[in-house]
Order: sequence, then structure tokens, then C-alpha cells
Amino acid sequence: MIELRGRGIVPGVAEAPALVTHEPISGFGGIDVATGTIIEPRHELFGVCFTGRVLVFPGAKGSSGWSGFFQSTRLMGTAPAAMVFDVLTTKAVLGAIVTRVPTVVQAVPSALDVVRTGDVVRVDGTSGLIQVRCDDARTLRSSGDDDGSFTQWKTSSDRR
Amino acid sequence: MRLTDDETRMRDGVEGDAVAAAMDLLIRYGDALGAERLVDTRNVAGTMTQPSPAKAKLFEEGGWARAYAVINLDCDREIEVPRMKVPTCQLQHGFADDANGLTLYPESSIRLQDDAESFFSERGVNILATCTPYQVGNLPVRGEHCAWMESSAVVYCNSVLGARTNCEGAASTGAAALTGKIPLWGNHLAENRHATHLIRADVDVDSFQEWGMFGYFVGEQVLEACPAVTGLLAQPDLADLKHFGAATATSGGVELFHMPGVTPEAPTVEAAFGTRRVPEPVVYGRREREAVYEALNGQGSSRDVDFVLLGCPHASLDQVAELAARLEGRRLSSSTELWVMMPRALASMALRNGYTRTITAAGGRVLTDSCPAMSKAAPPGTRVFATDSAKQAHYLPAILGIEAWFGTLAECVDAAVTGRWSGGLA
Repeated sequence: MIELRGRGIVPGVAEAPALVTHEPISGFGGIDVATGTIIEPRHELFGVCFTGRVLVFPGAKGSSGWSGFFQSTRLMGTAPAAMVFDVLTTKAVLGAIVTRVPTVVQAVPSALDVVRTGDVVRVDGTSGLIQVRCDDARTLRSSGDDDGSFTQWKTSSDRR
Repeated sequence: MRLTDDETRMRDGVEGDAVAAAMDLLIRYGDALGAERLVDTRNVAGTMTQPSPAKAKLFEEGGWARAYAVINLDCDREIEVPRMKVPTCQLQHGFADDANGLTLYPESSIRLQDDAESFFSERGVNILATCTPYQVGNLPVRGEHCAWMESSAVVYCNSVLGARTNCEGAASTGAAALTGKIPLWGNHLAENRHATHLIRADVDVDSFQEWGMFGYFVGEQVLEACPAVTGLLAQPDLADLKHFGAATATSGGVELFHMPGVTPEAPTVEAAFGTRRVPEPVVYGRREREAVYEALNGQGSSRDVDFVLLGCPHASLDQVAELAARLEGRRLSSSTELWVMMPRALASMALRNGYTRTITAAGGRVLTDSCPAMSKAAPPGTRVFATDSAKQAHYLPAILGIEAWFGTLAECVDAAVTGRWSGGLA
């Protein structure tokens, strides 16, 4: 298991398979709230559903409708299970609050560098702890690939 | 977050349940941002009356008070909605009566919105019903702290007017309207308002279309950051700046740009960067311009245009005058519709000046309050549309599943008259 520490901004705990994108997400014109699907044609997750998954993404882009569109996913029952993102903007922060799913921001190391789509991730929006469940081989490979700052955070036993 | 005595009282319910819920949301939001405190605002631009399936359901459950509580305050309690504490306006929303029968837009949404307008205007919300509140009387002054949403309005407010707002949402503006408060964070702080990137145009940016393409390029380059733009820039007018800003906020998330010599916080390039060193410029040259044009026109294959859309962000009176002049004595193709979107307040002037008569005589429509992106409505059967707006060319293919052509006003009018797209990069 790999642990990441960030700042929890919406309390609560959720555990679910991750959906990871390295591209920012647009709310208005970027998601379909009825189906919980990314609909921006040029997006790498075009056509993919985020409902019930831990959405790991860099941050929000586009219209100020972002928060309202993600809030609608909660009202329509299509919301992600949790959110993890790096770039702090009013759009994404307000969006996470009104979506009311456990949310951690600015994790170290970045969740984008560690989490892969399909990993089972536990997000604790109260403490800011993110736990990525993966096999030992993955943990070892990750530690070999990265610098010391990563190793420091790599596993729960390594964490001081 | 530190609270003042009056903020603590509001949080504790001294001013009623709705204000307490508003303060609770602002505290959660401010804490999540890492703001140290709230700041006073008396200029809120938000959205309450826009019909949506979620809102219609909440309205069924408990009327507008319920819809406001959940959507504009993130609160599940039953509350009464008092009069807004500070001046607040409604941004663009759904279509109104002037669109009745013209579109696939449901009549029930028009009625629902009528009802919402009565409810919220009785509570002090000015129904400006436009994405460009600065065109119809909400014109904040330099340095004023605002709580605005609508990305194209936010970037205009910060950059062109020198007022200060973050890109707010329905819930934060709903809470700001009842409290006169918003988190002091981001663009509200002088130290965050300096440019981070320098973009230099080495090709002439001297027309509405060129301003839109340049803005689309700038947004893609800087994403959420703050660009200063220089180079071969002609003197922009209101419409150019509106289009440029909207494009930067579409391809990226620009909330503030500086145009040295034009925008108020950037008398010079150095001033735009404040304490930062002026970086090497990113160059917008002939090749970059062509790439932007290709990106905006890469979403069309059929040249048979069913629909021409103008007025994004909402058209100024001058833009509508120019459209009327180009349509004078011409007639739209039987297979093409043309809509121009504008604020209702300006539409009354367009009517008075005869522009509306000229446009409707040619077969076009002047519509107010909304746009196809907001209302998800285009003429029945639309497959291919043409527009002079970089923002609509970007969004509508995703929202409505239609093909897009982006060009000049003249090319759009020609497409409306002939039913064929024959535009190209000059």
C-alpha cells in the first residue's frame, strides 16, 4: 500500500477504484450530469463514466458552471465517490464542497504520479490521508523510480 | 478562518436560517481555499432562475426556497429566502417568451423561469439575464470586490474593469448575496494579480475574429495563469475585449489578463508583472494563428450550414448594428436559421433603432436572456452551425453534438444567406 498526505477539504471517507486523468476537467460542456460521463470530445477520458469512482485529476478548467454541474451529479446520483486534485481554484474547491464527496487536495507526492486507473483508493477527507492499495511489486518499482522525497512517503511503515 | 463579530452573528443565526446557512457555506469554502478571512462585497452576479432538471425537481419538492437552499446555499434544511442583503443580479439563464415556439426549448422551462423571476426579483435580484452584466448597468469600479460567476464576465471584470472577483459558482454567489461576504482569496489580493506569462503577437490582431483566435491561443498557453499580452495589437473595443477574454477562459481558465497600455492595472509591461521579472515572451505568429484556426474549424466536415449563431458573449448594440447593416436587403436561405443573442435591455434599443426590423425582415431572430450553450437548444434538426464566437465554436459541438464553423461576421452572414460555409483564413 502507498500512502499520500494532502489537505482534506471535504470531510468523510470513501474507498473505490480510481479514475485518473492528467488533463483538467471542464464542468459545463465537459461532463454529462445525467450519466456521470466526460463528454468533451478532445478529452482523454471522452465517454468514460466517473460515477462511484475516486476521480483523480489535475484541476478544473472552463466555465464557472463547474461547481453547479458537479453538484448536479450529486443530485442525479452520478457523482464520483471522492475527489483528489492538485490545482486549487475556486471552481474545483466549491465544486467538491457542493458535491459533498470526501476530497483531498495537493497530496505529496501528487496522486497523479502514483495512482493509476483501477487502483483501489481510500480517501479520507477529514485527515487528508490517501491510501492506494496495490501489490508489493508496484511499491518497490515506484520507490526505485522516484527520488528521496517520494520514498519518504512511499509506505505507511516508512512514514515518520 | 478569522470571523468578525457580524460574521459570527450571521453564522449563529441572528439574521435567520438562510443567512446562517449562507455563512456556513462561506466558512467551509473559505477554509477549504485556505483564506484567512472574508471580505465585504456589494456586487454579486449569480444564477438562481436558470431552469434545469435538478432545479425543477427541487422546485416540485419545496418551491424556490428549497431550490435556493440546496443549489445556492448547499443546505438541506427548510428555509425562507429573505431579501438579498447586497445588490445582486441574475446572469444569463434560459430562454424566455421571445423564444416560444421557435425552438425545441420546452414551454415548461419558460414557465418555470417566469415563476423564478417573480420569486427572486421580489427578493431583490435584478434580472439582467445576460452573461455581460457590464453591458447593461452592472459596471463595477476599479478595485471593487465582487462575487461574480460566468467565466467571460469574470475575466472582463478583473482585466478590463480592474475590479476584483474570483470565478465564483452558484453556491458561493448565493451565499454572498445574503451576507455581503466572499472569501478574501485569489484575485481579491493585490499580490496575486500580477502577470505570470508574456505572450507577444507577431501577427496583426486587428479584428473581432483575430481577437478571438488570439484569446484562444493565450488560454491554451497559460491555462489558469495570468497572461500579459503585447505585440501587434490594434486598439480593441468593448466587443473585442469581451471576445478575447471569453476565448482565454474557454481554452484555458484565465480569470485575469493584462494588456499594457489598455487595461487599468498595466500601464506598462513591467507594471503588469509587478515584483516579478518580465519573462521571455511566448510568440503568437503565423503558424500559431493557423493552428488555432484549424482547431476551431476542425469540428466541421459538411459545409451545409443549418444554423448561424452570433452574440457570444451577448452582443453589444454596435455588433447588432453591424449585423443589421450586413443583412440589409438580403434574405436568409430557406434551410438556414440565424440567431443573435443579446441582453434584453439592449434588445429594446435594437428595436428602437430599427436593427431588429432589418434582421427579422431578412429572416433572422434577435433573442435575449440565454444562448444555445446555456439552454441546450438550437433550431430543430441542426447538424452544422457557424459562429463568430471562439467560445461557442468550442463548446457547442460537445453540448449539442453538432459540427461547427468559426469565422468572421461577414462569413457567417454569407453562410446564413447561401446556406453554405465558404469561410477561410485570410
